[in-house]
Order: sequence, then C-alpha cells, then structure tokens
Amino acid sequence: MKGPSPLYGLMAEFDDVSSLVLAAERAYGEGYRCLDAYSPFPIEQLHEALGSHHTRLPLIVLIGGLCGCLGGYALQYWSSALAYPLNIGGKPLHSWPAFIPVTFECTILAAALSAVLGMLALNGLPMPYHPVFNVPRFALASRNRFFLCIEAIDPKFDVEATRRFLETLNPREVNTVAD
Amino acid sequence: MTSLTNTADAAIPELAGHQRRLLIAGGVGAAVSLAGLFFDVRQFLQSYLMAYMLCLGVTLGCLALGMVHQLSGGAWGVVIRRPIGAAARVLPVMTLLFLPIAFGMNRLYGWTNADLVAHDEALQHKHLYLNTPFFLVRAAVYFLVWNGLSYFLNAWSLEQDRTAEPRLARRMQRLSGGGLLAYGLTITFASFDWLMSLEPHWFSTIYGVLIVGGQGLSALAFLTAALVWLSRRPPLNRIVVPAHFHDLGNLMLAFVMLWAYFSFSQYLIIWSGNLPVEISWYLHRLQTGWRAVGLTLILFHFSAPFVVLLSRRAKREPDLLVKVAIGILIVRLIDLFWLIAPEFHQNGIFVSWLDVVLPLTLGSIWLACFIRQLRGRPLLPVHDPEFESALGRIIERGAPPRTAH
Repeated sequence: MKGPSPLYGLMAEFDDVSSLVLAAERAYGEGYRCLDAYSPFPIEQLHEALGSHHTRLPLIVLIGGLCGCLGGYALQYWSSALAYPLNIGGKPLHSWPAFIPVTFECTILAAALSAVLGMLALNGLPMPYHPVFNVPRFALASRNRFFLCIEAIDPKFDVEATRRFLETLNPREVNTVAD
Repeated sequence: MTSLTNTADAAIPELAGHQRRLLIAGGVGAAVSLAGLFFDVRQFLQSYLMAYMLCLGVTLGCLALGMVHQLSGGAWGVVIRRPIGAAARVLPVMTLLFLPIAFGMNRLYGWTNADLVAHDEALQHKHLYLNTPFFLVRAAVYFLVWNGLSYFLNAWSLEQDRTAEPRLARRMQRLSGGGLLAYGLTITFASFDWLMSLEPHWFSTIYGVLIVGGQGLSALAFLTAALVWLSRRPPLNRIVVPAHFHDLGNLMLAFVMLWAYFSFSQYLIIWSGNLPVEISWYLHRLQTGWRAVGLTLILFHFSAPFVVLLSRRAKREPDLLVKVAIGILIVRLIDLFWLIAPEFHQNGIFVSWLDVVLPLTLGSIWLACFIRQLRGRPLLPVHDPEFESALGRIIERGAPPRTAH
C-alpha cells in the first residue's frame, strides 16, 4: 500500500455539459473507476457515463415504505379494534377499507422520510469540508463550469499519466487537488 | 438523416404483410362472431360493447396522450408521436364500429324499455337525460368532437412534415389545450351513457375519471408494446434508448396507481355510505362468483404491475417491459368485463366464448387499421421543434450500446 498522499486527485474543468459527459465516458473507458463529476445542475447522462454504480437507496426506501404501511395499518387496527372499540354505522371493528387511506399516507410519509434521511446518510451530507474546495475555481461549479475529478486512490492513478490523459480531453485547465 | 424521412412502409416492408394477416384474422373472427349474433343477440352486444370500449380506449387514450405531449413536451412523446397519430386516425373506423351498439341499444340498456320506465319512478325522473333520441345525439356530438380533434392535429402534423413551418407547432398546442378539456368532458358523459347506464339506477361521480385513467393506461401499454417492436427495426433501432422505455414505464406505473386510486375511492365512498341504491352495484359483484374477477383485478391490475414497475431495471429492459404492457392490456379487458358483464348475469359469474372471440376480432381489425395508418408517414416527427433537443444528440453520436446493469 502507498503511504498517505497529500494529493486528493486531479480535476479538469470544462465549459459545457457535452464535454463533461464525453470526458467522463472517456475516463471510464480508460479504466478509471474512482472519479466524480461536479456540475451546477443534474445531468442525466452523467450517471451512466460514470459507470452507473448501484446505490442501496432504493432498498432503504422500500423497507421504509413497508414499515410505514404495516405500522399505519397496525396503529389503526390497535386503536379501532383493540383499544377503543366503537360501533360506527354497524360496521365491523376491523373495517379494512376505512384503514386504507391512512395506511397509504403512512407508506408515503415513511418512504419519503427514508429517502431523504437515507440519501443524507449514504452520501455523507452535510459535509462542511471536502478536498475539492481547495481548488479556488471550484466555486464556479455552482455557476457555469463543469468539473471532472479523478481521485488519487484510483489504482490506475499516476500524477503524470493522468494529467496527460486529462489534457487530451480539451479541458479549460487541469488542477491538482490537495487533500 | 435522409432515412429518417422515409415512410414507415419503406423502412419496415413487413408491415404490409402484417396488416393483411390481421385483416384476414379480423374477417374470420367477424364471421365466427356473427354466428354468435344469431344464437344470442344480447350476449353478442354485451361482449361487443366490452371489446369496443377497449379498442376505443386505446384510440382515445392515444389522442389524449398526444395532446398532453403537445402541452408538456419531453423525449418520451417524440419517439411515440407517430404511433399516437396513427392510433388517433383509427377514429373514423371506431365511429363506424359504434353502429352495432346504436342499433342494439334497445337490448343493451334497460332504460330504453318503456314498460319498465312506466313502473319506475326513479327512471321517469331520469328520462329527461336517458332517452333514445338524446342518447344518439350525444353520441354524435362525442364522435364529432373526437374526430375533429384527431383530424386537425393529424392534418397539421402532416403539413409540418412537408413544410417545416414553425407556426404549426404553436397551433397544435393551442388546439390541444382546449382539446384536452373537451376530451375530459365528452369521455365522462360517454362513459355515463355507454357503461354506467347499463344499471340505470346506479350512479358514481368518479366513474368518468375512472374510465379516463383506464384509457390512458390502455394507450400507454399499447404504445409501449408498439415502441418495443419498432425499436428492434430501422430507423428507430438507432434512436430509442433505455431512457425512453424508462419514461414510458414510469408513466404506466403512474396510471396503474391512478386507476387503483379511482377504483378504490369509488369503493370506499359507496362502502362507507352503504346506501341501497349505490351498494347494490357492489353487492351483486362481491357476493356472487364475480368476486373472483374483482380479486383478479386487485392482483393483476394493481399489485403485480405496481411491484414490477417499481424496479428501475424492469423499466429499462424492453423484453420485460413489453410483457408488462401486454399483461396490462389483458387486465384492461378484464376491468371492462367487470364493469359490463355482471349487469347481464346477476346471479353468478358467466363467461361466454364471445367474450374471447370478439375482443380478438375487434383487436385484429383495429391493429390492421393502425398499421395501415402508420405505414403512410415517416416514423419520426423530424420537423417537430423539440426533435433536435430530444433526439439530436443521439442521432449525431449513435445510440449508446445497451449497458448491462
């Protein structure tokens, strides 16, 4: 294993969306796997260009939704049939049609909450410090510039070779990112 | 780029053969089902109404989705714009195919029986709306509105292909805004007239949107199946990418949920109220053998497609998505069976051979007409203002290889 490196990676800056997507595709095709792209707005094609890695978020949302569904139904069953049994319109105490709307709402609520919280847990946000902020021009990532960063932990990463490779992608400039 | 402006006929020569075979199948089916007409007129009309409403649902659903896309835009609609147009142009044939229902209305709808109405106070009050002349006038108005919308949208789209005049897109948008409103109103009343009045005492205010949701779902399922078929042949094989199927899969999921929401709302309201005039509709469905049909709908019109379409992978895999789409078309038929057949067989479940033969017959005829309409025009709207932004990049660079997930 390499010793601790003061370098986080190399970051190329692009002017427009298609250059960034093309660059990400080329870098992935070249064999780089530890890379990330930064843009002022979501770009659908980037996901696949970066080699669409699977996240566990859908599974978390599914489990959250199922818990909400069962929890919502159980709460109503407990309150209407066990804790406070009331005869309403001669209907059975366990009247499942009446429970469906609340069950549905609880499903949505729990699924939505687990989506937000799961997303935050998985991507580590809020994150006050990130090495890419060490590049002063990175502030433009929230305005009109697009960045591709190849990280130093990538097995194929080599400061000289990777820089030469990034230069071939016609970037505005290539910067080193200190860790 | 030149190959994109070829007509579908030139791009896919096998279409002509399919059209001929489907027409022959439709002819044979029509001959067989006419035999059924002599045995049992009422059963024939009942099965015919079900088959007709499915085909009409796909036609009008496509017309409505086309208008929605004119207003909303999006790549999903650009790739299915031509199948949408071809389906909407089957409307004149659907207008003709309404004639058996118009001629047979005395045997379909109990409220046309003067003796029955004379002994029924509720039906006397409803006579102002439910009477034969007004029923026929209303049907004429519905077909006039639908045919008019389809005619102008298709004519302008043809002109756009020829002249690339940008003002036409604006004109189509304006017509679509009003057209959607007109579609919503006409289909609500048409579903009251043709389906809900089968049981003239019963009423449900959500019935119209239930039918609208069903038609949207039928049309999306058909368009998805059509796009999967077209995407394996030139020129669309270079253009359709998994993202397009993903969009259509998401829309199908939304419509499956919409249908379930409307159906359940209707049930919940009537179940809570528990009023004799309303609950009877459910009683003779749920306390007899028809219950099995209801359970089938819950399982296969909602649960199964809902679970499958939740998966991102399923939506991006055309081979799987086409199975879901065909399954949805079949349960759409079962849903119409659930709405219509129990009114004629109140004692228990009854399936006639005509319930199978007539949908296949009308389906074949409809599909043959659809292919005939599809053949005459290019498969992509190259002069659509959105065409470049939606598909230009893909055409420029070639469709990306199908990535394995």
